[in-house]
Amino acid sequence: MKLKATTKNNFLTYAMVIVLFAAVQLASGAGMLSSHLTGLLIPISYYIILAVSLNLTVGVLGELSLGHAGFMCVGAYFSSIFSVIFRDAISSSLLRLVLAMLIGALAAAIFGVLIGIPVLRLRGDYLAIVTLAFGEIIKNLFNAIYVGIDKNGLHFSMKNVMSMNMDKETGRTIINGALGISPVPRDTTFTICFVVILITLFVVMNLVDSRAGRAIMSVRDNRIAAETVGISITKYKLMAFAVSAAFAGVAGVLYAHNISMLNTKIFSYNTSIMILVYVVLGGLGSIRGSIVATLLLYLLPELLRSFNDYRMLFYAIILILAMLLNNNAAFRGAISRITSKIFRKKEAVEK
Amino acid sequence: MSAEVKNSTNNVLETKSLGITFGGLKAVDNFTISIKRGQLYGLIGPNGAGKTTVFNLLTGVYKPGSGTFFLDGKELLGKSPIEISKSGIARTFQNIRLFSKQSVLDNVKLGLHNRFRYSALTGVLRLPGYFKNEKMMDETAMELLKVFDLDGEAKTIAANLPYGKQRKLEIARALATEPKLLLLDEPAAGMNPNETAELMENIRFIRDHFKLSVLLIEHDMSLVSGICEELTVLNFGKILTSGKTSDVLQNPEVIKAYIGE
Amino acid sequence: MSFISYLVNGVSLGGIYALIALGYTMVYGIAKMLNFAHGDVIMVGGFTVFMTMQMGGVSPIVAVLSAIVVCTLLGVTIEKVAYKPLRSAPPLAVLITAIGVSYLLQNLALLLFGSNSRTFNSVVPIKPWKINDRLTISGETIATIAVSVIIMIALTLFINKTKIGSAMLAVSEDRGAAQLMGINVNRTISITFAIGSALAAVASVLLCSSYPQINAYTGAMPGIKAFTAAVFGGIGSIPGAMIGGLLMGVIENLSRAYISSQIADAIVFGVLIVILIIKPTGIMGKKYNEKV
Repeated sequence: MKLKATTKNNFLTYAMVIVLFAAVQLASGAGMLSSHLTGLLIPISYYIILAVSLNLTVGVLGELSLGHAGFMCVGAYFSSIFSVIFRDAISSSLLRLVLAMLIGALAAAIFGVLIGIPVLRLRGDYLAIVTLAFGEIIKNLFNAIYVGIDKNGLHFSMKNVMSMNMDKETGRTIINGALGISPVPRDTTFTICFVVILITLFVVMNLVDSRAGRAIMSVRDNRIAAETVGISITKYKLMAFAVSAAFAGVAGVLYAHNISMLNTKIFSYNTSIMILVYVVLGGLGSIRGSIVATLLLYLLPELLRSFNDYRMLFYAIILILAMLLNNNAAFRGAISRITSKIFRKKEAVEK
Repeated sequence: MSAEVKNSTNNVLETKSLGITFGGLKAVDNFTISIKRGQLYGLIGPNGAGKTTVFNLLTGVYKPGSGTFFLDGKELLGKSPIEISKSGIARTFQNIRLFSKQSVLDNVKLGLHNRFRYSALTGVLRLPGYFKNEKMMDETAMELLKVFDLDGEAKTIAANLPYGKQRKLEIARALATEPKLLLLDEPAAGMNPNETAELMENIRFIRDHFKLSVLLIEHDMSLVSGICEELTVLNFGKILTSGKTSDVLQNPEVIKAYIGE
Repeated sequence: MSFISYLVNGVSLGGIYALIALGYTMVYGIAKMLNFAHGDVIMVGGFTVFMTMQMGGVSPIVAVLSAIVVCTLLGVTIEKVAYKPLRSAPPLAVLITAIGVSYLLQNLALLLFGSNSRTFNSVVPIKPWKINDRLTISGETIATIAVSVIIMIALTLFINKTKIGSAMLAVSEDRGAAQLMGINVNRTISITFAIGSALAAVASVLLCSSYPQINAYTGAMPGIKAFTAAVFGGIGSIPGAMIGGLLMGVIENLSRAYISSQIADAIVFGVLIVILIIKPTGIMGKKYNEKV
């Protein structure tokens, strides 16, 4: 049977992820991974999920979103509330995490639709700024909220722990304002992350290569033409938003159940922007590109570790140069002239 | 058929005093025409006469300020572009609007969007419905592409097609929605005489093969006189005259509107 | 009574936002790009004053002037090196480059000054104005309001009355047509960056004088808020940026005072979303219709 080009392409992506996972497992089994590097495995995993899911919004739907970390935040907080409450009731950490992920995904998807509806009329930079604002609002609200539980049920406050008026004996604080939730059970493992990445890829890549995916891309390519062939812009925009948000939520769940002390610090627009950088450098719409770019860019500062203080500086310069190289003909020409000169010299020497 | 279609004698499209105003200017005023089943109908007029605005009214891009219109006796006034597409009006655009980053095949498959349906979940989980519908979509789309001799380029990205073929692909995509009425906005623009002749053959063929009516805007008089059976001439948003092509083209008022005094 | 003081402080903060927002909106109007590094130019301006005045011992006026010179040169250089080569690139590529420039400036500052905040001595020599026992307006507030009003008037006159100003309007309306009319588009864009960055320098001095601290991230949040203010008012519109900035500052200060200081930012961003839902192109934004 002849395989479609997209099917082949997708298999290549799965294969790459599986080979990478196997290689990491082998290396770790052989004791070749430093504890520092081992500590990076789970973060890299959830950033891959974040980048792949953001690519659905930015690359496939074609809408600029600067609030992806907001959805991550929703997933992290809602799932952590669940996990903290049911820490003892559900003894299996795997089951607890799976349920937490479902809750996180659902909560984030709902927020995705909620933010999606008002921004349907907006386009381009206006949509970008609203998603950014939304991310900041979410972060700000979770930073200011207090949630506790006692025998009477859940309690909320925007002031402090005391004002929740919980029962003295059974009362337990879940979200302690800016201090966040602590401790969240550390249920995330690298293997689970690997499985979740595969599920993310399965859903996103199959969605893109289907009737709904084509419709989402048609909104990006030509909104007016999409409407005249009978495609509902609203439906497919919201679908892309919801799926994208759901996976960002799952990434948030994995993050929260790895970090243990959850607060809102990471969910700022800076994180959203970092994920956007991964997506753009990996190539809009290219899922494999998102994965590779995340790996490289996440590890780059680590590889530059020997430069210590200068590493983030190099990172910034590399980012600018990468964009200039990618998008400016004169730059590219100059580089290719230089490289060809070097190669010619080499050849001459070899001869 | 019920009362809904009783007044649809032989007419696919009937418009009744359609009009729209932009900032005080009557872009289209009192536009009344009827197009018979299987007819090739031309809409001509100088630049800025409001021809494309008529298309935008008929496809729901603009809501008419006055008047109404019927497709097969069914009133479509106030319907969204999506509903109008589902009812059976398809169009092409003066400035081509393809899904430029997608393949030629996928462009036509997007035209089939509402004819072969399966849910997003079916697609993600690759349930049998996915394979069944995708196969039918592929086959139907390839047949349409063959009509326009585009089947060899099914996998090409639409933006990479030469201009003439992009126009044809746009028609193929419109046909994929299974329209009763096809609106073509300057289909021959930018084509050389050979391509135009071929296009005329194509238009006649699809009219006969898909049993539809065509309303086309065109400046190329060889195409208009070659295939249009009836014409309406629009000038400053108003109908100057309507009738048989040969009669209309000899009407001194039409000549005046085109060439000037 | 305290309402008036909150309001006055809000207007003062709003004036700062407006000055920064003007930089965003002018650059957006003319180069059609979101200059994410604009906030960090503010930080550079702040550190220039800090260095020259507190470490170099020059007078406040010289310090402020040097900040304006440094920021202007910086803005023009950034545009020449990083943005100009991308004039025909997709908007996202330019956005990412701007983010790269922002990282670059922040990390340079981190290297030079470390991550701890420095105390910034106010450059404003005006004494607090004691209206009565309960209402005192600080010299910084008075200076900020006065300076931003003067600058806004001057800028409006400059845009509407000078040749360069009308060139800027022309380029923002239609770059291609402006070029055909003999306007030097590259030079106009450079001038826009220069003006925007000079305004950022002034804003930095006022900001750091009112909130007397400075570190590598000082410009980031005011930058984002000013950017929001620019969108609020209708991005690309100069009066829009002024109104947007002022409203933003007032709303922020009043919600800090009367609702909750913790969720003041959430309220500000919430108002933005509501405004954009009601009027998708901002308060003074032009309606945009795609021609079919």
